[in-house]
Amino acid sequence: MKRIISAALAASFLAAPAFGAEVKIGFVTTLTTGAAIIGKDMQNAVDLAVEHMGGKMGDLDVNVIYGDDGFKPETGKQVTDKLVQQDNVDFVAGFIWSHVLLASRKSALDAGKILISTNAGPSQMAGDLCDKNFFSTSWQNDQTPMAMGEVLNQKGVKSLYVMAPNYAAGKDMVAGLERTFKGTIVGKDLTKWGADAQLDFSAELAKAKASGAEGLFVFYPGAAAGAFTKQYHQAGLKDILPLYSVFTVDGISLPKLQKAGFDGVLGSKITQEWDPSLDNAANKKFVADFKAKYGTYPSFYAAQSYDAMFLIKSAIEAVGGDLTNQDAVRAAIKAANYDSVRGHYTYGNNNFPIQNFYLREVVADADGNWTTRVDSIVMENAQDPYAAECPLK
Amino acid sequence: MIGFSRSARINIGVMAILAILPVFFWWTGQTFYLSLATRLVILAIAAVSLNLILGYGGLISFGHAAYIGIGAYAVGIPAHHALYGGMDFIASNNGFFQIALAVVAAAVFALITGAICLRTKGVYFIMITMAFAQMVYYFFVSIEEYGGDDGLVIDTRSEFPLVNLDQPIVLFLVSYVVLVLAMWLVNAIVNSRFGMVLQSAKGNNDRTVTLGYNTYLYRLTAYVISGAMCGLAGALLGNFATFISPEMMDWSRSGELMFMVILGGTATALGPVLGAAVFVVVAQFLSELTIYWHLPFGLMLIAVVLFARGGLSGILRGKGS
Amino acid sequence: MFVLKSGIPPLDTTLLFVQTLNGVQLGLLLFLVASGLTLVFGILDFVNLAHGSLYMLGAFICASLTFLVGNFLLAVLIALPITGVLGYLIERFVARPLYARDHLDHVLGTFGLILVLDTSVHLIWGPAGIAVPLPAWLEGQVGLFGDVVVPSFRLLIIAAGLAAAAGLFWLVNYTRLGMLIRAGASNRTMVSALGIDIQSLFALVFALGAMLAGLAGMLIAPITEASIGMGNNIIITAFVVIIVGGIGSMKGAFFAALLIGLIDTLGRAFLDDFFKLFMSSDAAENSAPALSAMLIYILMAVVLSVRPQGLFPPKVR
Repeated sequence: MKRIISAALAASFLAAPAFGAEVKIGFVTTLTTGAAIIGKDMQNAVDLAVEHMGGKMGDLDVNVIYGDDGFKPETGKQVTDKLVQQDNVDFVAGFIWSHVLLASRKSALDAGKILISTNAGPSQMAGDLCDKNFFSTSWQNDQTPMAMGEVLNQKGVKSLYVMAPNYAAGKDMVAGLERTFKGTIVGKDLTKWGADAQLDFSAELAKAKASGAEGLFVFYPGAAAGAFTKQYHQAGLKDILPLYSVFTVDGISLPKLQKAGFDGVLGSKITQEWDPSLDNAANKKFVADFKAKYGTYPSFYAAQSYDAMFLIKSAIEAVGGDLTNQDAVRAAIKAANYDSVRGHYTYGNNNFPIQNFYLREVVADADGNWTTRVDSIVMENAQDPYAAECPLK
Repeated sequence: MIGFSRSARINIGVMAILAILPVFFWWTGQTFYLSLATRLVILAIAAVSLNLILGYGGLISFGHAAYIGIGAYAVGIPAHHALYGGMDFIASNNGFFQIALAVVAAAVFALITGAICLRTKGVYFIMITMAFAQMVYYFFVSIEEYGGDDGLVIDTRSEFPLVNLDQPIVLFLVSYVVLVLAMWLVNAIVNSRFGMVLQSAKGNNDRTVTLGYNTYLYRLTAYVISGAMCGLAGALLGNFATFISPEMMDWSRSGELMFMVILGGTATALGPVLGAAVFVVVAQFLSELTIYWHLPFGLMLIAVVLFARGGLSGILRGKGS
Repeated sequence: MFVLKSGIPPLDTTLLFVQTLNGVQLGLLLFLVASGLTLVFGILDFVNLAHGSLYMLGAFICASLTFLVGNFLLAVLIALPITGVLGYLIERFVARPLYARDHLDHVLGTFGLILVLDTSVHLIWGPAGIAVPLPAWLEGQVGLFGDVVVPSFRLLIIAAGLAAAAGLFWLVNYTRLGMLIRAGASNRTMVSALGIDIQSLFALVFALGAMLAGLAGMLIAPITEASIGMGNNIIITAFVVIIVGGIGSMKGAFFAALLIGLIDTLGRAFLDDFFKLFMSSDAAENSAPALSAMLIYILMAVVLSVRPQGLFPPKVR
């Protein structure tokens, strides 16, 4: 016990603030459990971004400290506390999961830190819980399924069965779909989520099939995506109940599905604010270098994390490295004056991006690797539906 | 008797370190280590409460995290309604009300479930306590109003006159005092006639019954005291974390509490505190070294079980018998 | 009792049948895990929390072998003895030294083992999990009768589960080893007093349990993928199964597994419609999943408060 505490003491002195000219960024993501596959992709993208900027933002050295949320809100909050209190970071970024972000937001914001979500976009934080110090480089949860709802209307789909995990983002996704989809939702299943998520969907798929709906809308991110897609095809639903998904078939699940020879997903359509095929210089460099370094296409999680690093860099350069002037830092972030891999976008009053949403199709590239490419623009310069509830100007 | 005074010295020494170090951290501005110490002390209270029935009573509860959850929600739900309205009869930030609610709710839950659980024995008892805890877990998952699976952010800490729990050092000192009181209470119970009957029933229930004691009632009383104490720990944890989710009462959390007690040494005064300390401190430092920290941590647990009988307090006391 | 909701035609028999089949499939998988657990618990009096990790290891080993040898069924055949050997190693180095200790030490030691095995899998196979390809003839569906169509692989799981159960019943009831196992379950001192090499018997039982759990993992992997921590999801349910069935009882494990498989699946399938009869649609959709997950624990609490030794306690003489 005594030895442990003296070790603790020694470590605490080692961790004393270093007075170098550096910017510390705490990056919270999932590095353990099956969801670590997403966290790893984000971590790779952040490392690549730091490499691309030569380890410097302006004159400041970049120091990224990663924290593992273990796919649990409580652990996410603890690790955010640690980054804020012990490491005294200048920015807190990351967050895959909406419920983890909702649990952790106070820890970062109460300490006066600037918080940047590189994925999660819970409706609360776009609406009445919006904060001048909170920014997103992704989207508000409702938006991607809203785009899918538009696609479904264009296709003339009249009835849908809906499946999503039972957590904050799952509920937002369903709400988003309901905002734009004009047909009826004949049935809905919210399944257990988290480290012990439900992965066998036999009962739900049988219900969906029996419901007589014209299509099946799902949201199953990360490890659940492969399991779901596989069972959907094993159940022979492809022709009876066409699949419309968001955040399910993506850069994370495609390599795995390809390895298992699962060609049923080729040709499926999904909506997203970014795609590896988007034609701009920043994106081309990002995708090519990511593939060269890590051997796979980056996912949208990676793209948004890469963007967050360059967004911070643009703000630091704008204020000449003076992080004490937080008003100026905030204003510089809000200007979004950097080369985003999704192309230029602006920030709304609630600090969520106003951006395009695309319809993408799963295809095999020239080398035979499975990826996605842009089919068409579904929503142009779209703002999330909660912006009006946010008191910020 | 020499052994006794030696162990008393160790107890006082460890508890003194546990009081002085965090104050030192606070004084030097190491907020994070102070909050680590607060978490340790709160979990130690829960482990001490579990040790009363597990260590001295031989009742292996695999559902004690439910009481932590009940205690924390007893802080979170009134605070939630005080801020957002609704359920006026319960909406309050008053700390005395919240603490009382936590203790009473936990005690009532312990009374009802204990009355059923204590009819079973051995591993069946382990599993039925777990079953009731899982029911509470899924109960809170199903309530949308309090965040369901996503959990509930506690915006306002319990309010007391003169004592401001928003200050980390105050929260620590309050928790520490509660821990010392809990240890004192368990010690007093164990050395009373009541405690003697409880321990005798652990050794040989039939003989104790033959001696004319209704061991069922004794065990139920201990079970309720333990549950209430753990509910209090939950109320403190809610104040500490300012967040509560059903995940905090998952079976694996009940398991962790159990492991703290076994690791530290069952039926010892200091064991639960040592066990909690290892779980909090070692886990924190290993997890900073590598994301694969479960590997060395798991090996450590196996090694302690295989090679150190009587847990950590056994090692501290210098093995012996 | 359920399916009496206005939107859906009263008692959709096709759906009910398919869901029952799904429940049976889940039940048989649970039985494979629970049978090994109940053997080890009943005979060795050893609480093995890490039993679920063998389920996970079975899935990962079989998944890797599927890519190596190019055929899922061949991979299962090779992976089975490997998980048996792993089970033996765990018995030899962790379980055996702990037999003489009380349950608390078993629980703590095997919890440590879970952490070690989960992390080892993360280190060896990475965090992604593995999707397991099936031969083409198993990827499709089979039309049973009328408009009942089920995935062929799920039928294979049911067949394999029933075959394993039958084999196990034969082993336990009609072989010398089975006689020793039964004797051990009701009175272990007697068996050792008869001069049986109890050490080898224990090791054999442990390895057998590991293979059964591993088989369950291999069978589920093509559906849910092999993933880290998959064993921790099933181990608690498996414990519920053996407690409801009665510890050490193979018959109890079988019936309890089917019962719990059916309750869980039918609960997920029909509870929300049932709730919509008397609460708002939104409230039903939100509370039904949680309450259907709660059902098996309610079942266990009810069974234990009525029969504190489970449904089929082995006869102790």
